[in-house]
Amino acid sequence: MLKTTPFHPRTAPLVRAQTWRRWAGHQVASAYDPHPEREYAAVRNAAALFDVSPLYKYLIRGRDAARLLDRMVTRDVTKCAVGQVLYTPWCDAHGKVIDDGTVSRLDDATYRLTSAEPNMRWLAMNAVGMDVTIEDVSARTGALALQGPLSRTILQQLTPADLGKLKYFRLVQTTMHDIPVTISRTGYTGDLGYEIWVDAERAVPLWDALMACGEGFGITPAGIWALDLARIEAGLVMLDVDYFSAHHALIEDQKSFPDEINLAWTVNLDKGPYNGRRALRKARTGKQAWAFVGIEVNWESLERLYAARGLPPHLPNVAWRASAPVYRDGEQIGYATSGCWSPLLKRSLALAHLQAPHYEPGTRVEIEVTVEHHREQADAVVRKLPFYDPERKRA
Amino acid sequence: MSSATTSKSNGRYDAIVIGGGHNGLVAAAYLARAGKKVVVLERRPLVGGAAVTEEVVPGFKFSVFSYVVSLLRPEIIRDLDLPAHGLQILPLESTVTPLDHGDYLAGWSDADETRREIARHSPRDAEAASRFGHLMHHMAMAVKPILGMVPPDPASLAPSDLRGLMKLGGHFRSLGADRFHALYKLMTMSSADYLDEWYEFDPLKATKSASGIIGTFLGPRSPGSAYVLLHHYMGEIDGAFRAWGFQKGGTGAISESISRAAQSFGAEVRTDAAVARVLVQGGRTTGVALANGDELSAPIVVSGLDPRRTFVDLVESKELPEDLVSSIANFRFRGSSGKVNLALDALPNFSFLKDNGGYRSPLMANALRGAVSISPSVQYLERAYDDAKYGEFSRNPYMDIVIPSMIDPGMAPPGKHVMSIFVQYAPYKLNGGWTDEKREAFGDAVIDTLERYAPNIRSIIRHRQVLTPADIERITGLSEGNIFQGELALHQLFFLRPAPAWAKYRTPVKGYWQCGAGTHPGGGIMGASGRLAALEILARGA
Repeated sequence: MLKTTPFHPRTAPLVRAQTWRRWAGHQVASAYDPHPEREYAAVRNAAALFDVSPLYKYLIRGRDAARLLDRMVTRDVTKCAVGQVLYTPWCDAHGKVIDDGTVSRLDDATYRLTSAEPNMRWLAMNAVGMDVTIEDVSARTGALALQGPLSRTILQQLTPADLGKLKYFRLVQTTMHDIPVTISRTGYTGDLGYEIWVDAERAVPLWDALMACGEGFGITPAGIWALDLARIEAGLVMLDVDYFSAHHALIEDQKSFPDEINLAWTVNLDKGPYNGRRALRKARTGKQAWAFVGIEVNWESLERLYAARGLPPHLPNVAWRASAPVYRDGEQIGYATSGCWSPLLKRSLALAHLQAPHYEPGTRVEIEVTVEHHREQADAVVRKLPFYDPERKRA
Repeated sequence: MSSATTSKSNGRYDAIVIGGGHNGLVAAAYLARAGKKVVVLERRPLVGGAAVTEEVVPGFKFSVFSYVVSLLRPEIIRDLDLPAHGLQILPLESTVTPLDHGDYLAGWSDADETRREIARHSPRDAEAASRFGHLMHHMAMAVKPILGMVPPDPASLAPSDLRGLMKLGGHFRSLGADRFHALYKLMTMSSADYLDEWYEFDPLKATKSASGIIGTFLGPRSPGSAYVLLHHYMGEIDGAFRAWGFQKGGTGAISESISRAAQSFGAEVRTDAAVARVLVQGGRTTGVALANGDELSAPIVVSGLDPRRTFVDLVESKELPEDLVSSIANFRFRGSSGKVNLALDALPNFSFLKDNGGYRSPLMANALRGAVSISPSVQYLERAYDDAKYGEFSRNPYMDIVIPSMIDPGMAPPGKHVMSIFVQYAPYKLNGGWTDEKREAFGDAVIDTLERYAPNIRSIIRHRQVLTPADIERITGLSEGNIFQGELALHQLFFLRPAPAWAKYRTPVKGYWQCGAGTHPGGGIMGASGRLAALEILARGA
């Protein structure tokens, strides 16, 4: 049986069509309504409330906590101030990505690492000889993401902390409705948003307080379908969908350098030694073989393909997660790993791995689409990520 | 790209667009995108025409007139990149028709939930609904290409007209006999008769037929009303595009997004700039004269106003052939609807929502994020029409209600709400004429009717804005307050909109063009008239 999250008593009655899914061994809502339209709209229009408790969470404490994390991840943890959050991948010795997540510095010598997969063993292996304790707090920490343009307005009613001063990728330890919480200005939607970390035992009262306070501001519990649409618009990569962990890959081709999944900006080659640094340095000396880019499918082209079968274009209202070959002049030059119809941008989008030299923005390519049982190629163009990047995200 | 500020410095333009309604703005954007130096002249202090958002009471924003978007052409959204300029359409997912004793008929966004709901009233209708939707899909597919074409003139032998007619003929032949016959029936029958062939549950027929009477001086039993049903389905075949719903910030934000797009292409948009007349010399336009006496010159002048204003108010009749003058004189406006906008201190307690203190069903918790339709029976609607036929407003009118603040919390302060009520019928030519007293009496009739279904309504109203067709005409300039710039009746559509031989956006005055909803394909926040006019101007020159 799958585990439930600390918010389950509140989320379960809302899942009208029993559209549950599994996430890291937990059962979470794909959507509360049968369709994700309204939940997605809340992300871009008001505030969507996601239960993100299934994330793995580790507390790393001790004199060598920073040293351990710095050895493990590609970003410079020694420069992470108290109250700062770093988004970062971590690699194996060959520079291939194992997982990605956030490192939050809670106090002088306490950090929280979040990840998509279990990392206890990897942390322990890297901690050999260090003065550090590693604790898996996944089960006893509930996590909510409140994302959308009104998220700050709602949270501010419940907390004494001044959220107007909380910058992007910073956190504050405070209370909400007298419940001790950590609020970080982070998320997976590319919008203004916050994540709230709470002791599992106080999860339900926190949910209730948020829902009561958010009612006048359009707060909307939202599931993974809505989250997936938003993260594709935001061009955010997803483990096991857009890339595979070097720890699970069966062949070399299934592994990726950070540069190849659009995370070049997270790679610090100048900091002290860390897993994969040598390989990453070496890789940077040559031309990057693959890039992770945006693809925008040409609507007229799609319309023509459907019209040829006597149909109007049909697009699913959830994101797709499948491999679609991408061609240029008849040659396959890569593959898309996820995509969606963006309800906001009114464009058909995909995230794709393309080979050099075809990944430059503006390159015209073709993407495979299946129209009425027939494999066709629709015109598309390479775009720089993210597709959507509102000012309010950082403002 | 020329900037708006540099083009402001002199009074010569390539094109002047009269009226900053959404069609005028669309036309301006397409012309500017093609490199023309364009100015839009809007009489009011804000652009949008009938698609405006105004803060009538501090903190409460009303989509004063037009209140939802369904038919905005996807190609316009793409060509002008409207999402980048603020277009954001939020889902409006359900329609609930309140019935007596707290019962209701609901249509939800999920097909199974809707089927189960209809089956509660009539299992036969639940099946019919899916068959009906299937047929309407085909009918809408049949009609859709027409929306994107300049109407060919069947009386003309010009090669372009013949080509257009042949294309159209081929298109209809490709439908096959069954569907062609179905389409013919749809074009000629009344919506009530047509729906009688499909359904038995009266409130369902009434609610569906209501979409056939909106903005038109017809009742559900009037022949020709069935066709307008189809317009409702037109939005659904663009379903994948999901352009149906509620614009964030109200319909004014759609106009603003088009205006911003036009300006990004270099167009200049001037407000508080009423045009008095179009200047004509030797059968050709040379520009416009503003109400303040200023003159602007341009070889192309495009009117986004309705046909009466375009041909009667802005040019002298001596410039026009007599048959056009008489066609326009006979063009039917006959505004038939009004609008009541409410600022509310709380949500209305519709009796269908709750039972013994709790929601009647989990779905009901979301019901006020959709529409509420006051259309309990076909007879109710026909009676409402009867009042109007004899020159009175309906004592118990048809109403299409939405609560925009439930969808976009920015429309009202937290916990407060705005309610938009489209009301039919309210005849422009009211017995004795519209007065302040009559307006309030009309508002009272609306509230009295609503109170039957939402008992607390009177006590939660903080402000009430009542708009009669006379008010709509006075504020927006729409003749007789017709929301479509002229009725969407069959004799006023396609190559007859607005007049025979003048349905291709051109006018008898060289360089003077029309681009409003009074031209094909007509009303709703569709933008198609503005786009087709601009493309025609660009293709044919002045």
